[in-house]
Amino acid sequence: MCRSTSVRRRLVPAGILAAAAMMVAAAHAQKTFPDIGRSATAAEIKAWDIDVRPDFTGLPAGSGSVAKGQQIWETKCESCHGVFGESNAVFTPIAGGTSAQDMQSGRVASLARPDFPQRSTLMKLSQVSTLWDYIRRAMPWNAPKSLSVDEVYAVTAYVLNLGDIVPADFVLSDGNIREVQARLPNRNGMRPYAPMWTARATGDVHNTRCMKDCPQEMAQMSALPDYARNQHGNLAEQSRHIGPSRGTDTVSPTALTASPPTVTSAHDLAQKYACNACHQADRKLVGPSYVDIAAKYRGNPGAEAMLMAKVRAGGFGVWGTAVMPPHAEIDDADLRALVRWSLSGGK
Amino acid sequence: MAQSKLAAAQPAGCIQRAPENFLDAAQIAEVAAGRRDFLRKALLTAGSGIAVAMNASPARAEPAGDPNILELPQHSRALGQPVAARGYGQPSQWEKNLQRRESPGLTQVSAASVSFTPLQCLFGIITPNGLHFERHHAGWWDIDPSKHRFMINGLVKNPKVYTMDDLMRLPSVSRMHFIECGANTGMEWGNVAVPTVQYTHGMMSCCEFTGVPLSVLLDDCGFDRKRGKYLLAEGADGSGMTRTISMERALDDCMVAYAMNGEMLRPENGYPLRLVAPGIQGVSWVKWLRRIEVGDMPYATRDETLHYSDLMPDGTLRQYTSIQECKSVITSPSGGQTLLDKGYYNVSGLAWSGRGRIKAVDVSVDGGRNWQPARLEGPILGKCLTRFNFGWTWNGGPAVLQSRAIDETGYVQPKINQLREVRGRRSIYHNNAIQSWRVAASGEVGNVQVY
Repeated sequence: MCRSTSVRRRLVPAGILAAAAMMVAAAHAQKTFPDIGRSATAAEIKAWDIDVRPDFTGLPAGSGSVAKGQQIWETKCESCHGVFGESNAVFTPIAGGTSAQDMQSGRVASLARPDFPQRSTLMKLSQVSTLWDYIRRAMPWNAPKSLSVDEVYAVTAYVLNLGDIVPADFVLSDGNIREVQARLPNRNGMRPYAPMWTARATGDVHNTRCMKDCPQEMAQMSALPDYARNQHGNLAEQSRHIGPSRGTDTVSPTALTASPPTVTSAHDLAQKYACNACHQADRKLVGPSYVDIAAKYRGNPGAEAMLMAKVRAGGFGVWGTAVMPPHAEIDDADLRALVRWSLSGGK
Repeated sequence: MAQSKLAAAQPAGCIQRAPENFLDAAQIAEVAAGRRDFLRKALLTAGSGIAVAMNASPARAEPAGDPNILELPQHSRALGQPVAARGYGQPSQWEKNLQRRESPGLTQVSAASVSFTPLQCLFGIITPNGLHFERHHAGWWDIDPSKHRFMINGLVKNPKVYTMDDLMRLPSVSRMHFIECGANTGMEWGNVAVPTVQYTHGMMSCCEFTGVPLSVLLDDCGFDRKRGKYLLAEGADGSGMTRTISMERALDDCMVAYAMNGEMLRPENGYPLRLVAPGIQGVSWVKWLRRIEVGDMPYATRDETLHYSDLMPDGTLRQYTSIQECKSVITSPSGGQTLLDKGYYNVSGLAWSGRGRIKAVDVSVDGGRNWQPARLEGPILGKCLTRFNFGWTWNGGPAVLQSRAIDETGYVQPKINQLREVRGRRSIYHNNAIQSWRVAASGEVGNVQVY
């Protein structure tokens, strides 16, 4: 919605506008096509021009309480988003991850934490207008644009209350929505980024066109783990049956023999990650020997995935009271190589 | 090929070519298990005439030739199908593996999801309409074009409504452009997550689009050249998709399109009207386009705030990051495929840039240590896919294939570690890293990250 034009539209009858357009057409021969299309009526523009901008241009007058919003939520929103907007079952969570401190700073601290498990709507939201506009135009998901203006205010108020941005007895309206904007946890967290907005610009990541003996860090490698091999179905059925290659059979057991892409030997990796400080090839040190590990899990097809998770997370109790510390620093490919090597008895 | 070569020993693990030109899964397993004699048995049963010849000297059986040649097939000896047997043609029954597919676990509901283009099976630069990737936010519709309306309002002298009849009367242009979702390759920011080029890069397609230049329509409505710096594009679907477009981009090469690849848009791609915003991420190419508003500030819509904003390591979100930077990928051979044999391969792939034309593509077969220029196929167009080819003889040893594109601005496609150094691992969007495919000694090609 653009305020200035809507004001002008009220003052100037559409017919005069059309006449003016035709005069422009006469002045600039091919700039306008007065015989193609027609002027939009005020009612048509009102029916479709529903957007609400960050400066709240386009926001219709109205109000809705948190309590009313909760009623609507429980009948129309909860099945997808959960009672408290916390559900991750259908869509990503709406609430969670924000704090009172964030409301002070206008920056959501958990967004900077790589270990934070989710990014909720309220963590990212920088403009209340975005939330209001989206609920009005696109929600409920299976019946969009079915809420009245006051219902949109109410649901917006309920969502804001889920993040403790407004109190439970709050009534959101066009009169106080700017005050709410000033409390949004991530209102200062958004940065327009011009180099990727303008076509004639240079981005922020640079490579050089090296052609020969270029620098490489080959050891740092990531590959799809074997347990995820058939996650996307049988790839043999996803490529053409003629040509220079075939889709790889990822379902039949005989296909599960591809060697992992290890560059450094597993023995070197065991040194690198100090595994050998606690584990030896054939005798118990602090932890079990590689031979014992191999013997324990021989014939267990789930051992690789299980041990990978175990080395990552750490644990104790399987081999006595000694604690296996967590090893989050080992990347997937190295970890898989190490686990396989252990399961082969360190050979 | 000669039958004698069939009988010759093949390197272990390689798929053996069959004269009938395809092996089923069971036959591939036989080869993998080292039982190659089944092929000879297959030949024996395939042609009784040959069987006699082979019985004469069972030790060194040399069939007289390929039964596909020696025995005339039905299609050479009988009448085929009439014209117009299919009013709208379909791909061959042998091409059923070319399908758009969802990536398991990526989304929970398929009306707000993605289906990926099978780039591993495509040639040239044009995506067949039925294989164009899909991204819907509230499902797709097949809208009656006689009832579709397009409105321009906001900072214009004359807000107008156009029917499809109106739009199709106006001056039109036809241009070839790629469209890439901002989240294409997004699953790979952290590490390798998906097996094939369909899933790593398949949120990308390329068509010849036909429509009205947006500049023509904006002029027709008399837009405010001084204050009208931004547009809001809005869709008619349930999501009411909205995105801010800069006026500079709109006047440059955006169009309101009704056709793709010579026919009207497909319903899944916005029939009857969509915005084409060359070089800009796909979400801005609003489908089922119903309205454009001219304004004087960005709109901060949901899909340029809560989504399609790039999370940086310091916890800030980059907003209005529209341009799809220079990128390339080898499509053949690619992840999830297994090479037939040692020897010559035509390494083929695609390169593109949202900032203009592709200037060069280099290919490495040793994981980025050494590079050689690939051959670019024409046409080389701005903000369009460019096909490249590179001759490679596989010696049967492990190899890592990579491609690296350079666009007309001189920008060199980065490595994943270079991207991560600046943008971290959690951005989701705008991953234009060099893609690595590892070829194992078995001939199996896998998705890896090497840098």
